[in-house]
Amino acid sequence: MRQNTEEYRGVFTFAQQVDGKLSGISLELIGKGKDLAADLNTEVTAVLLGSDIKGLAQELAEYGADRVIVVDDPKLKEYRTEPYTQALAAVINEFKPEIFIIGATAIGRDLGPRVSARVGTGLTADCTQLDIGDYPLVAIAGREQKHNQLLMTRPAFGGNTIATIACPENRPQMATVRPGVMQKKERVAGAKAEIVDFDAKLEENNKYVEILEIVKNTKTTEDIMAAKILVSGGRGVGSAENFKILKDLADALHGTVSCSRAVVDAGWMSKDLQVGQTGKTVRPHLYFAIGISGAIQHLAGMEESDIIIAINKDENAPIFSVADYGIVGDLNKIVPALTEKIKAELAKEN
Amino acid sequence: MKIVVCIKQVPDTKGGVVFNPDGTLNRGAMLTIMNPDDKAGLEAALRIKDKYGAEVTVVTMGLPKADEVLREALAMGADNAILITDRVLGGADTWATSQTIAGALRKLEYDIIITGRQAIDGDTAQVGPQISEHLGIPVISYAQKIEVEGDSVVVERQFDDRYHVLKAKMPVLITALSELNEPRYMTPGGIFDAYDKEVTVFSRADLVGVDDSNIGLKGSPTQIAKASDKVRKGAGEQVNLSASESVDYILGKLKETHII
Repeated sequence: MRQNTEEYRGVFTFAQQVDGKLSGISLELIGKGKDLAADLNTEVTAVLLGSDIKGLAQELAEYGADRVIVVDDPKLKEYRTEPYTQALAAVINEFKPEIFIIGATAIGRDLGPRVSARVGTGLTADCTQLDIGDYPLVAIAGREQKHNQLLMTRPAFGGNTIATIACPENRPQMATVRPGVMQKKERVAGAKAEIVDFDAKLEENNKYVEILEIVKNTKTTEDIMAAKILVSGGRGVGSAENFKILKDLADALHGTVSCSRAVVDAGWMSKDLQVGQTGKTVRPHLYFAIGISGAIQHLAGMEESDIIIAINKDENAPIFSVADYGIVGDLNKIVPALTEKIKAELAKEN
Repeated sequence: MKIVVCIKQVPDTKGGVVFNPDGTLNRGAMLTIMNPDDKAGLEAALRIKDKYGAEVTVVTMGLPKADEVLREALAMGADNAILITDRVLGGADTWATSQTIAGALRKLEYDIIITGRQAIDGDTAQVGPQISEHLGIPVISYAQKIEVEGDSVVVERQFDDRYHVLKAKMPVLITALSELNEPRYMTPGGIFDAYDKEVTVFSRADLVGVDDSNIGLKGSPTQIAKASDKVRKGAGEQVNLSASESVDYILGKLKETHII
């Protein structure tokens, strides 16, 4: 399955929106796309799909998109695999990008594989690093070394290993990118992008599914990926009720509570507060790991935090292997007292 | 009703990971389990079978050793098992894997195909949706609940802050989350029977509608440039103090780092 790769140009990003609001990953992808485009001496195009969403194009421009392709169609109002696949495949076939990156969200991880299979190219999942470089990485005698390839780096085996992957013979080079890892650019008010309205000629077929109902989680939940300070609890916290002491600490520091998978499995906290391989990747300024043993899947989701403070009664807990400051002790004694002292300290300052 | 469940034998990621010199996995050298999301998918199929009556076929692609995971599925209650194994299929990425499995599925009858959302070794979540594309049928991924209604399925599809209740006409492919259910155990009788049952083996020649350019390492658009063990940042200080000393220690660090 080889293609003529020469005719494909430009870095394209998927601008995910839900309910007419851009997801954070959409801006992160443009930020990363700018870096890749600079290396390739090309431009960044954001692809915006939805119904009545044209107003979002300006925001994409202000975060760095050079061009925005808009497919505005009532069939795209809510995310459904088939119409979104039709639209993206039509954009790819028309504009022939060399790189197409999509957020590794619940939407992107459904859309990416379907689109890549339809246009006949490879897809690398859940990347945490993207670079432009040579493939093979070092020249091998008797084998062509291709330049300006997208090198896609991702964790695998529950975070035990890191693999770098290339897609040398097919275009576009496609990747889904883990939210919260790439940095968005500074917003430039009034920045302009070329806006292209594109008719993807969507047609209903056997692959359309019917949406009977949309049920939103009624609880308003905190966005743990945006938090600067996270106070995260694990099984060691002991009960849902006892998360109160973590909440108090988080409140004192103007932070947010998050948790490990064990806590979600036990039903103490909701899934959207879960940090780790099957939850969210976070990189706050400060991460408190309280009563979290530190399974490798958890570490994969938080080890990029600037400062990690771990409190655990087991001195051999793996969490201590990534903690800047590890405290062996009883969280029930330490956490409430710490909260009080922090409050007193902050009161002194004011 | 006929249900096909795609399952995968995966290395237990709690154990060690062993690579071949070309950067692909040395699967033969690792401890293995049935992939958890796939097991939930199998359980979902068996519950449909219990409730409405259905013939459940499990399919896996892998080394001959993957027979083990099919026997486990038979012992849980699957009716038929198919092992796709052939040297020429090795080293496949998700494109080539999905092409291969789609090629095997074209030989079977199905109303519902269930795969796990993702396997714990690769964590890609790509093969299920890619199979559905090759077969030209709808996909509903991230299923947290599955019901059958006449000639359709009604599925709760999970997103970050909501779920959609989706209805699709069969044939349809569904990818299952492990939150879907608690898989049953194998029964002693089931285990006994499982080793009497026949596992059908498919080789390259049995695949329908698959070009040679789309299988194995050579048919894989993505190639591994480098694979390595994760380098972690390493431990900082660790202290073992009284509770009040611990509090003062943390307070000191919060001040040192200008958090308070």
